[in-house]
Amino acid sequence: MARTIVAAGFEKYYEARAAAGVRPELLPPAEVYDDPLAQREFVAAPGEHVREATLILDRIRCAACLWLNEQALRRVPGVLRADVNFTTQRASIAWDPRVTRLSTIVAAIRAVGYDAYPFDPRRGDALARRERRRALWRLFVAGFGALQVMMYAWPAYVDAGAGTLSEQAAALMRWASLVITTPVLVFSCGPFFRGAWQDAKRRRISLDTPIALGLAAGFAASAWATLAGTGEVYFDSIAMLAFLLLGARTAELFARQRAGRELDRLARWMPSSALRLRGGTEERVPAHALAAGDRVRVAAGERVPADGVLEEGASSADESLLTGESRPVAKRAGAALVGGSVNLEQPLVMRVTRAGADTRAAAIGRLVERAAAARPALVERADRLARLLTHVVIVTAALAWALSGNVWIAVAVLVATCPCALALAAPIVLTRAGAQLLARGAALTRSRALETLDRATDVVLDKTGTLTQGGPAIARVATFAGADDAGCRMLAAALESSSTHPLARAFHDRRVGQRPTVRELRNEAGQGVEARVDGRLVRIGAQRFCAALAGSPAPETHAQVYLAAQGRWLAAFFIEDALRPEAEGVVRELAARGLRLHLVSGDDPAIVGALAARLGIGHWTGGATPQDKLDYVARLQAAGHVVAMVGDGLNDAPVLARADASVAMGAGADAAQLQADAVLTADRLGALQDLLEISRRAMRLVRQNLGWALAYNALALPAAALGWIGPWEAALGMSASSFIVVLNALRPLARKGQWKASPSSSPSRSLSYS
Amino acid sequence: MESLALLIPLSVALVFLIGWIFWRALEGGQFDDLERPAHDILMDDDK
Repeated sequence: MARTIVAAGFEKYYEARAAAGVRPELLPPAEVYDDPLAQREFVAAPGEHVREATLILDRIRCAACLWLNEQALRRVPGVLRADVNFTTQRASIAWDPRVTRLSTIVAAIRAVGYDAYPFDPRRGDALARRERRRALWRLFVAGFGALQVMMYAWPAYVDAGAGTLSEQAAALMRWASLVITTPVLVFSCGPFFRGAWQDAKRRRISLDTPIALGLAAGFAASAWATLAGTGEVYFDSIAMLAFLLLGARTAELFARQRAGRELDRLARWMPSSALRLRGGTEERVPAHALAAGDRVRVAAGERVPADGVLEEGASSADESLLTGESRPVAKRAGAALVGGSVNLEQPLVMRVTRAGADTRAAAIGRLVERAAAARPALVERADRLARLLTHVVIVTAALAWALSGNVWIAVAVLVATCPCALALAAPIVLTRAGAQLLARGAALTRSRALETLDRATDVVLDKTGTLTQGGPAIARVATFAGADDAGCRMLAAALESSSTHPLARAFHDRRVGQRPTVRELRNEAGQGVEARVDGRLVRIGAQRFCAALAGSPAPETHAQVYLAAQGRWLAAFFIEDALRPEAEGVVRELAARGLRLHLVSGDDPAIVGALAARLGIGHWTGGATPQDKLDYVARLQAAGHVVAMVGDGLNDAPVLARADASVAMGAGADAAQLQADAVLTADRLGALQDLLEISRRAMRLVRQNLGWALAYNALALPAAALGWIGPWEAALGMSASSFIVVLNALRPLARKGQWKASPSSSPSRSLSYS
Repeated sequence: MESLALLIPLSVALVFLIGWIFWRALEGGQFDDLERPAHDILMDDDK
């Protein structure tokens, strides 16, 4: 058994050492990706001649690969859009199916020495595990090798000039060092050389280039000295350098995978199979094989496999993965079920309305995947700077070598000033911010918004559907003859539970409660509902309908819905588009943050004015058309303000696109969500606070990281060029600066006490909070 | 001093042996989840 493993492992060893690019014969033919059935899982069709997909890129090493892959993809005729994300190693592409096929696009990526798989969560997992094992193995070989080589070097350092060390012993130790350093260089440092070689073939320079040059120069000089038997050897420096560099790289890999995993939860919302009911029999089918109209049984504790409507059974669902709201939501027949939520109590039967890629979870997932495509301007500038700096480093190293004649100065320059930290500064923070926002009910669809939200000076709020619930709600209850308020609400909810009247929605309380049992329910179209509760006849609905049962004129005439029992009035309900319960708190919080608030609505100015006064919003406009809203935002922008717009509904789509940063409510129209930079998926205004808070902290971390990386490079370059620091100090400095940047990127993004433990139903094995 | 001629090659062999042991542990999945053991201690199942 062990022998087999070793054989398999050594095969990998030689593959890693010898092969520079992918070995195409080991890859599945790209044509399998063209199969329409297979494509259903990962290809979206937003337009007739547009197809979108997310590809996982393999063998990405640094920010320069990102750029290269993007260019390669964009050059394929028929590709409409191609964006590559470093942190998640995914490429988001859109193409025209009339011009090109997915297999052609994948072939283009393979041609430049990378590989791509369509995004499939399970495959990504195996990939991540292999990558992790490789990284640890490389780190171990380098670390252990460094330890041992240092022991061989020690006598030579101690002896220096004393002459107690015999010539043969010294030579033996040099040879032993060479034997151990060789696998460290060839195997552990393989990724640096492969990366540098790939770029050299394309006549470009990447972050790997200076490191590979430094290691190779140092090793060649030492190996020559060993073979010739004269001169200095620095195997200890090389092995330690390799260990430190790999340490930084491994830390970065782990941080990157951790951030990626947070996002991966999205893709795992959907269970892989479902129990389909057809003609009285049950059949286990893959979830993606479901189609609208199918009936599916969902066991208690199971995930809902698609969006649909509950047909049989009553239960409650945990929709927290989708909305960030951990409170269970009661579900009765006719209620909408969201794919990916967990059925908590009873088995139920549902009818599928949207399956597979059409589900709400899948749509949000695609929006979030796209987020990475638009990176903050600050980060774009940092990337350009990193590329420029790499050139400067190589030129400086060459000059230092030429002027001093000492190869070790060149090695120090190459290693110390590699701008890795600069390239690492932002991607991890951005991915983490996106994932954490998602867990709090806000999906970031463009990470560029983090920067503008952070800089925002003004927040323009829409009224209907944003500050208000956008639907009928009970504003006030008037009870009569000693009837108790809570009891009347409960009774009304029970009576209206199956009603489809628009006002009945006000009673569909989402909370689970003990409702009275209702018998003999009778729906009187346009009038109301009559039923028997505990033997008593009760009616809910229009005033006249209830008066007939109560036998007396209503004591209150301005309410919209009445509740009456035999011979007496119970309650009157005042229904209006109610303010969201959290609206006041959020507005106060935003004002406390020093943001100027504006209320702009198409509603009656009197109502808008009253609301603005009640919430303490200083600037407001009522009766605004979509054009007025647009002008309002444009005026603010012209005055130098950075405007964040919060809205919903189709009317808001143009103004959302115009604002510097835009946020759409989750219940809003789809068009608004596509225009918006962020979507509050929980349809909860409180997530706006999290959005602003996390934006502020994320951008602060990015700025700190960039500042640190720049300061480090500014100091290290001249110090190394003047020969003040040796190769191992250079490696220590460069690794430490990368470590600091990665650690800083992993700092909490949200306030203490705001942390929400991941729900127990979460499929993620990780128990950590970040 | 003569013992060095034996000890140094021996130490090189040892390096490769230890490397091989670590590699087996790695492929056996020992290091696949470095976060979980830290949490496991907080969630003891033995009542």
